[in-house]
Amino acid sequence: MTSSKAAAHPGPVPVVAPPGTETVRLAWASSLALPAATLLVAVLVLVAWQYLPPALGVPRFIIPTMTDMAAEMGRMWRQEDLLTHLLSTASMAAIGFVAGGILGAGCGYALGLSPLWEKVLSPYILALQIAPKVAFAPLFIMWFGYNAWPKLIVTVLVVFFPILVNVLQSMKTTDRDLVNLARAYSMTRAQIFWKVLFPASMPNLLAGLRIGATLAVIGVTVGELVGGSIGLGYLITYGEGQANTAMVFDAIVLLTVIGIALYWMVAAAEARILHYLPKVAG
Amino acid sequence: MNAAVSQSASPVELKPRPEAQAVPEPQTKATPALSFDGVTKRFANRTATPFTAVEGLSFDIAPGEFVSIVGPSGCGKSTVLNMTAGLDRPTEGRVALNGEAVTGPNVHVGFMLQKDLLLPWRSILRNVEFGLEARPIGKAERRERALRELARCRLQDFAHHYPFQLSGGMRQRAALARTLAIQPDVVLLDEPFSALDAQTKLLLQRSFARTIHASGVTTLLITHDLSEAVAMSDRILVMSERPGRIVEEMDLDLPHRDDPIARQALPRAREAIAHLFQSLHLAEREA
Ligand SMILES: Nc1ncnc2c1ncn2[C@@H]1O[C@H](COP(=O)(O)OP(=O)(O)O)[C@@H](O)[C@H]1O
Ligand SMILES: [Mg+2]
Repeated sequence: MTSSKAAAHPGPVPVVAPPGTETVRLAWASSLALPAATLLVAVLVLVAWQYLPPALGVPRFIIPTMTDMAAEMGRMWRQEDLLTHLLSTASMAAIGFVAGGILGAGCGYALGLSPLWEKVLSPYILALQIAPKVAFAPLFIMWFGYNAWPKLIVTVLVVFFPILVNVLQSMKTTDRDLVNLARAYSMTRAQIFWKVLFPASMPNLLAGLRIGATLAVIGVTVGELVGGSIGLGYLITYGEGQANTAMVFDAIVLLTVIGIALYWMVAAAEARILHYLPKVAG
Repeated sequence: MNAAVSQSASPVELKPRPEAQAVPEPQTKATPALSFDGVTKRFANRTATPFTAVEGLSFDIAPGEFVSIVGPSGCGKSTVLNMTAGLDRPTEGRVALNGEAVTGPNVHVGFMLQKDLLLPWRSILRNVEFGLEARPIGKAERRERALRELARCRLQDFAHHYPFQLSGGMRQRAALARTLAIQPDVVLLDEPFSALDAQTKLLLQRSFARTIHASGVTTLLITHDLSEAVAMSDRILVMSERPGRIVEEMDLDLPHRDDPIARQALPRAREAIAHLFQSLHLAEREA
């Protein structure tokens, strides 16, 4: 019965209708109200964080106040070379994310093009996908030593699988009729891949990259926690050794910021690349 | 019952199949644009006996002719299309285009389905160019041909829109433009109107009829809609239930091939539909 509406406009009427003034005013109101509400929540949480634990008698070395954390952030910047640690973690996450993304997507397309190999390898892919990749970190340290490689490899591994699985899924589910259409136009296998399968995989690839962006930070952090002498993960273990909770909290905040930055870059790329999809509300 | 329809003033020329084979058909001498010669298609499955989709299909389509195939769903209509497009090979028999056996996908046929199969990431213009990209022609000529085809399908104002911005009927017109852009000898339409609402369907049928009439291309329309077949074609082939066979052939000889809406209003068209209705034994059957 959904088509009954379309029947009312049989002529060439584009689906996008001009918004009425009523909806414009509503959209304008909610466009301000929503961020305001979000901001209010943030302010409430920060104020509660600042005043609630002391009021309840929780000592500052258990839960530091906001001002403690800000002060510690300044101290770390001056005395602990925070910028170097921050840049190290950010660049490792970015490199691991890009490398894992390229490898994952490449393997996804390759397996998608060779169903035989896909069938042969699928149980191992599933097993590796389920295995907790970060648990390999100590192993990589034993193999490669205390340098950048272990955390990089862990990050690549963590990013690799969701992207591989997403791309492979798209390669397997692309409409057969679309592929047949390209075949009927006498297109070669390479043309079918570049003109149909590859662009059709973009939504899946980008969804995989979005997951990968958040996982990349986890991979680097675990690598640094287990055996590093640099990076925010290292600062966490260092702060733990000194019973400096403010330092640990600060490092966690900065790790989250790196994750958000990576995620935001993928989301921005996605908005540009997937411009051809009808916008969903919100 | 049957005779009541096909009496003296019969609008349709009936050719029960077995007799038609005994008498040589009074067809034109020209090589048929498309011919099926004793075509059988079986699909292998897990059981020992393969599944027969269509059996012993023989028919010719003359250049410029518009032929419809009607039949119950699952009778192998899409299989006929796939074998013509070269996407599937017959198990027995021969499919030929302009007298040349079909051995694989080729430049002579264009097909379109119920789904528009437009690439959502391409503009309408780039979608129409899609089929031309496997051809050795320059970019400028490709664009020019695509624009010409869009104009013929009255979509020139939407060349730079994306598929999601168009209605279902417009998307099907864009798909027809893409199909005609490769200048095929034969166009295969597999239920192109069946996903549309009744009103859009009527308008689109007329739009397609005009465009196809103007281009003069040979057309094979697959449909389960009897009135659509009568409204649009020169000749109708009726297929039986599985395994699909041609059980009847009907020459329509009705005016207004370029205007199905006008044609459907003709009393003779209604009689033809009634006759088809009977030959498919729809009255006695259950769903
Ligand atoms: N590739 C295939 N393998 C096995 N069976 C098939 C295949 N394609 C079609 N069939 C079977 O052949 C029969 C005819 O299919 P189809 O030509 O799609 O029918 P229609 O288009 O008339 O509805 C169906 O029963 C379908 O299940
Ligand atoms: Mg079908």
